[in-house]
Amino acid sequence: MSDAPSATDPAPRPGHFGPYGGSFVAETLIGPLQELEQAWRELWGDAKFRSELDADLAHYVGRPSPLYHAERLSRECGGAQIYLKREDLNHTGAHKINNTVGQALLAQHMGKTRIIAETGAGQHGVASATVAARLGLKCVVYMGETDIARQQPNVYRMRLLGAEVVAVKSGTRTLKDAMNEALRDWVTNVDDTFYIIGTCAGPAPYPEMVRELQSVIGRETREQSLEMMGRLPDALVACVGGGSNAIGMFHPFIDDREVRLIGVEAGGDGVETGRHAASLVAGRPGILHGNRTYLLQDDYGQIQGTHSVSAGLDYPGVGPEHAWLKDCGRAEYVAVTDAEAMEGFHALTRSEGILCALETAHAVAHAMKLAQTMRPEQSVVLNLSGRGDKDLYSIAEREGWSL
Amino acid sequence: MSRLQQRLEHCAAEGRAALIPYLTGGDPEPAATPALMHALVEGGADILELGVPFTDPMADGPTIQLACERALAAGTTVTHVLDAVRAFRERDADTPVVLMGYLNPMIRSSAERFCADAADAGVDGVLAVDLTVEEADTLQPALQAQGLDCIFLLAPTTSPERARRMSETGSGYLYYVSLKGVTGSAALDAQAVADKLASLREVVTLPLAVGFGIRDAADAEKVAASADGVVVGSALVELIAKAGRGDDTLPATLRDAAAKLRQGVEAARARR
Repeated sequence: MSDAPSATDPAPRPGHFGPYGGSFVAETLIGPLQELEQAWRELWGDAKFRSELDADLAHYVGRPSPLYHAERLSRECGGAQIYLKREDLNHTGAHKINNTVGQALLAQHMGKTRIIAETGAGQHGVASATVAARLGLKCVVYMGETDIARQQPNVYRMRLLGAEVVAVKSGTRTLKDAMNEALRDWVTNVDDTFYIIGTCAGPAPYPEMVRELQSVIGRETREQSLEMMGRLPDALVACVGGGSNAIGMFHPFIDDREVRLIGVEAGGDGVETGRHAASLVAGRPGILHGNRTYLLQDDYGQIQGTHSVSAGLDYPGVGPEHAWLKDCGRAEYVAVTDAEAMEGFHALTRSEGILCALETAHAVAHAMKLAQTMRPEQSVVLNLSGRGDKDLYSIAEREGWSL
Repeated sequence: MSRLQQRLEHCAAEGRAALIPYLTGGDPEPAATPALMHALVEGGADILELGVPFTDPMADGPTIQLACERALAAGTTVTHVLDAVRAFRERDADTPVVLMGYLNPMIRSSAERFCADAADAGVDGVLAVDLTVEEADTLQPALQAQGLDCIFLLAPTTSPERARRMSETGSGYLYYVSLKGVTGSAALDAQAVADKLASLREVVTLPLAVGFGIRDAADAEKVAASADGVVVGSALVELIAKAGRGDDTLPATLRDAAAKLRQGVEAARARR
């Protein structure tokens, strides 16, 4: 059950993860957040709602997603067996849809007629526009101007799906500013609007709600591992921007202490250069976007600009549950640079014929490094969170090709 | 009794609302702020709200977002804002100053440190936009320890139970957000505000200031008929934006703008 205390949190307060999480928002949003929390608790515990959601996940999203043994990649690394949890095979090409299907269903049950969302790489925007189209809801997606320039295919997909894509021109013009703008929209249109947050951040109950909706990844991985390997994996590896694919993968394994949980952040040009997006590796606790968590901030508490080759990881915060998992030592967090992620992208493409998203490529790069330090009878499951079609233009440009 | 309470009681005794202008500290540059604060007081401000700039002002509209960007581009830090208050206090020991902003810059070193520095600079109260009453422990005890008022926001969506809790946890005044939206919006409904204030007064004991969407003397007059304080922000910040850096006439412009707002507040006396 969603509010069952985790073994890592001795005295959980609702909406908090140790000292992290909470609800730090303008007062106008408290009423809507309470309404959301109540509807969420009722419906998540309602068998009819759950079977409705399960049916959507099976027949619309295409779940369960396969667990695939990447034998050639494993051989090339020469260590542990690498398995891929194929979230890239979901409808719309990433794990994001697990969350949007659930939240849109919730919106519909709450009688909301308008969906808003923030997006970085555009995957969450596409997933939101997709479910809005299917349910006949109006959809507005906020996206930083910088991200719009580097994720054109997804911008076009959202427009085809009937969503309005609003270019955000404030601040650093990336994901964090898109989230500010979505919060401003919500505070203005609270009566008819449902805000689908795309990651396990934001004010309570979002971090917990998104985790529960994404935990289908970890539950399936657990079953499939037992089936295919006869045991649990030795390590799970997932990329972390806000951290929703990672928390979805990790959460069902939290009490399995023998399973290492490793989150991979965007190291950009290298953490030592200051041009990165590794909030857990290099940030400090603070308050942004409704929750207390690790943030990239300066000595005066101003939020710093981030850098990553991948728009989806380009965020100065991280979900509060990851902050807590880091502090209590249950999960480990590392950073992988842009250049290493590109190598991971190519290695996976050539050895397995799978083009992954640049976000995912960070996890690929680390899983390969990790596998080399392990024995062949051990296993690593990598959350292949999304496919790379959206990134072809920016990869080509980076590597001097003209498409 | 705090300086803030005294001032609000003084205005109430005069049968009028307090005029509470807002400006962002360090906009257009840190050195300009003390003179602008004095100018607002000369124009008739009773209390000043001074914004602490933040990179991510999620409850603010474009006007105050840009003010934050200008202030940050000019190098403004929390320390600069407190220094501006300290400089202001050299010539004005009476006008209460309330800092308004977001938690992260305020608690960067620690809430205790920030509150001690603020009290030392001559600040009277703090309004952190993202401090909900449920999370009051993040700042309120540290404010109280320094004798500073903790000012909460009330919204059209606030339940009576929460309003009561804010009135008990907070001090100084409560700031009622007049509309669903961000600062600088133009959708003021003075009758709806008056109705809401009347119902809030059944559950809260603190004075009620009203802000968001009050743009001119006419708006100020309408709201002052029912509120204990009238906050005007974006309309004044726009004047600063228009002037830019190094405009010597800006203090006079702000003084005149405050004087007009004060006339609106005074005109409402007869209607109270």
